[in-house]
Amino acid sequence: MKTNQRADQPLLSVEGITKSFFGVRVLHGVSFELWPGEALGLVGENGSGKSTSMNILGGVHQPDGGRMSLAGQLYAPQSPREAGRAGIAFIHQELNLFPNLSIEENLFITDFPKRGGVPFIDRGWVRKRARELLAEVDLDLPPTRLVGNLAQGERQLVEIAKALHADAKVLILDEPTTSLTRREVERLFAIVNRLKSRGVGIIFISHALEDVMHVCERVTVLRDGAVVGTDLRERLNVPAIISMMVGRSIDAIFPERSTKPREEVALRVRGLTQRGVANDVSFDIRAGEVVGLSGLMGSGRSELARLIFGLDPIESGTIEVAGTRLMRPTPKASMAAGLAFLTEDRRNEGLLMDASIVDNIGLTFLKRFRVGPGFVGGKALNTTAGELARMVHLSTDRVQDTLAKHLSGGNQQKVVIAKWLLRRPKVFILDEPTRGIDVGAKQEVYRIINRLVEEGGAVFLISSEIEEVMGLSDRILTINKGEITGSFERSGFDREAILAAAMAPVGPKREATA
Amino acid sequence: MNSRNRITILLLQAAPYLLFLAILLVFGSLSDRFLSLANFTNIVIQAAPVAILAIGMTFVLLTAEIDLSVGAVMYLTGCILGLYLGGVPWPIGLMVVLVASALLGAVNGALVAYLGITSFIATLGTLFIGRGIAMSVSNTASVYFPEAITSLNRATVFGIPSAIVAVAVVFVIAWVLLQQTPFGRQVYAVGQDRDAATKAGLPARRIVFFCFVISGALAGMAGFVSSTQIGAITASYGLQAEFSAIAAAVLGGTSLFGGRGGVKGALFGALLIQTAANGLVIINANPYIYPLVTAGIIFIAVAVDGLRSHMLERLERRFIRPWEIA
Repeated sequence: MKTNQRADQPLLSVEGITKSFFGVRVLHGVSFELWPGEALGLVGENGSGKSTSMNILGGVHQPDGGRMSLAGQLYAPQSPREAGRAGIAFIHQELNLFPNLSIEENLFITDFPKRGGVPFIDRGWVRKRARELLAEVDLDLPPTRLVGNLAQGERQLVEIAKALHADAKVLILDEPTTSLTRREVERLFAIVNRLKSRGVGIIFISHALEDVMHVCERVTVLRDGAVVGTDLRERLNVPAIISMMVGRSIDAIFPERSTKPREEVALRVRGLTQRGVANDVSFDIRAGEVVGLSGLMGSGRSELARLIFGLDPIESGTIEVAGTRLMRPTPKASMAAGLAFLTEDRRNEGLLMDASIVDNIGLTFLKRFRVGPGFVGGKALNTTAGELARMVHLSTDRVQDTLAKHLSGGNQQKVVIAKWLLRRPKVFILDEPTRGIDVGAKQEVYRIINRLVEEGGAVFLISSEIEEVMGLSDRILTINKGEITGSFERSGFDREAILAAAMAPVGPKREATA
Repeated sequence: MNSRNRITILLLQAAPYLLFLAILLVFGSLSDRFLSLANFTNIVIQAAPVAILAIGMTFVLLTAEIDLSVGAVMYLTGCILGLYLGGVPWPIGLMVVLVASALLGAVNGALVAYLGITSFIATLGTLFIGRGIAMSVSNTASVYFPEAITSLNRATVFGIPSAIVAVAVVFVIAWVLLQQTPFGRQVYAVGQDRDAATKAGLPARRIVFFCFVISGALAGMAGFVSSTQIGAITASYGLQAEFSAIAAAVLGGTSLFGGRGGVKGALFGALLIQTAANGLVIINANPYIYPLVTAGIIFIAVAVDGLRSHMLERLERRFIRPWEIA
């Protein structure tokens, strides 16, 4: 068997890969090796360069520098297809399957075997090969079953079966366990171990460090687009990995704030629960306070914000804004009570691209500018919009004839913030307020946040950049899998402890195995 | 919650069949002639053109596009047939019609797949251009078909009326194409998620293009069958045929959002619409309520499709705490 052969060269070697996007260098020379039959864990904080590295490996992006070789041959894929042909299978977190087709059709969709000279699918061969592949991943399902009727874990196994059909030498699994139940995770591990014994090399990217330690022989830690270290599992433990992951210098400067949080509670959340989304979430935010929410991708940060703002239904729990309980949270009721919500997706949810700045600012609060039944006073609206535009330091004061789409990302964000400020919110939920905007605009957003709390507002700040949360918050809550896993006062901010809390395992340890 | 959603989806899928049953019961109780074999054969023959159109439309809808030009294609190729091909044997006439209509479909396909124009707009454009050309070549006068073509209406194959044979042939070819060839399965993949299909390496543009070619060719075929039945066409010929075709396909379970459905449904939908129309004639209903009934049926079809797609989307949703949902 293959395992008896002593591999004398790595299956895959990556040497000094660099990559920049729009002049910003995101990878500073990433190097690692993958040996046949081993699983290599790849871990790092949000933005450490894991995804970019894997996208280069999978042919999605091309590197600016460095070299890769696969089984001794130079490897430089120009497209995902080329990567696939070379034997690299990339299983993304978002699976690439068609729910309206059967398992077997999904397996062979790009290269259906035809029967002899006629253009018909050789269904007999397809069925037989599909059964073989499904057996290899321990999936006991009829190949004719629609993928739409499969559970998430089963779909993942179908993707792996597809990779086996393509004769993959390297299998990249991106966050494979996040949306699986514990039982499905165990099944996945069994398959991974089987593939290892056949000489396949596995790259296992995950925030679930317990899973990484369980299935990987070696772990590579990335930070700031470079490898911090690679070591054998035996010589590592979860706290050691976490301390390797953090330690980034805080480069952003956060403006000082002159006021302290007040006594009165602006937002009180108690026992907020929605099956599959959040479990028993309770916390307070006081007037004049910034509370940061820190969590990894898929931890349920934005989903929690949506629940609080009333965008998604809640099963149980209460929400109070400045002492008034929201009986049935809807966005309208939340807004009336003094909540504001800056979504992470300003392009689709926050802004009308073809409307002027004035119209964008006034849109959600036209009532305020009513001059008669059904009429809106243009003059008052223009004046107020102009004031707000100055307040958020918008780059232009031509608020009437500048369209939102002509503004930079940072200025668009300021328009969305101004729109909400018009309502003088008591509690402002900011979801990724500085994503995709330049450093100068970030500073201005930070100043707006400070000004807001100095005037007695409360801010709930969600950000995947931990320095940002640490730099702005009076208190930090950590969330994982829809549960609050830690709370830190400003005096006790500690990156390592916060990251450890955000990674704390949540959920049933092991489900009853039937 | 999961199982409740699935039951709702099943009910939604059953809605058109329940509607069909209701139509049979209502008209059957109002007239003795309605539920007879002769009348039913009649319904199938009358439904033939819309059935063929709907089968073609199914290909386009499966890719999440739409073809509004099919009625215009019927009219234009009908004019070509009646004005220029009166003297040729009908098989040659049919071939020319099929080639011409496939070319018109190719224009649609090129506009949508390769130039990236929204299919609603692109095919609305070809609708007006096609009608415009047809009206100018015919001077908007009636176009008559020769006996060689109209006699086909009375022809039979093994005792089966020619229109039914035509539908059967089209149906079998379309079904095999969609279900038994790689192209057919890839149509479903492209319609479900074009980005994913492209990422998987499927030639998404080419697939969309050919679906428009098929829709065009079958519009020509539908026009030919219809020509044999009515003998002459006027400037109003084929008007709003696209809506009957879309309604028939959607009633049969093909989604306007792409990726779901098939040609069996198109056949069923066309029969349903024709059965309702036939029933209204038989009970001597006021002709002005016909459009209301058709509109009602279309409304039901589209509402069911919208609800079902919404539910399916919800079922596909992923959760942060999956162990609480399963």
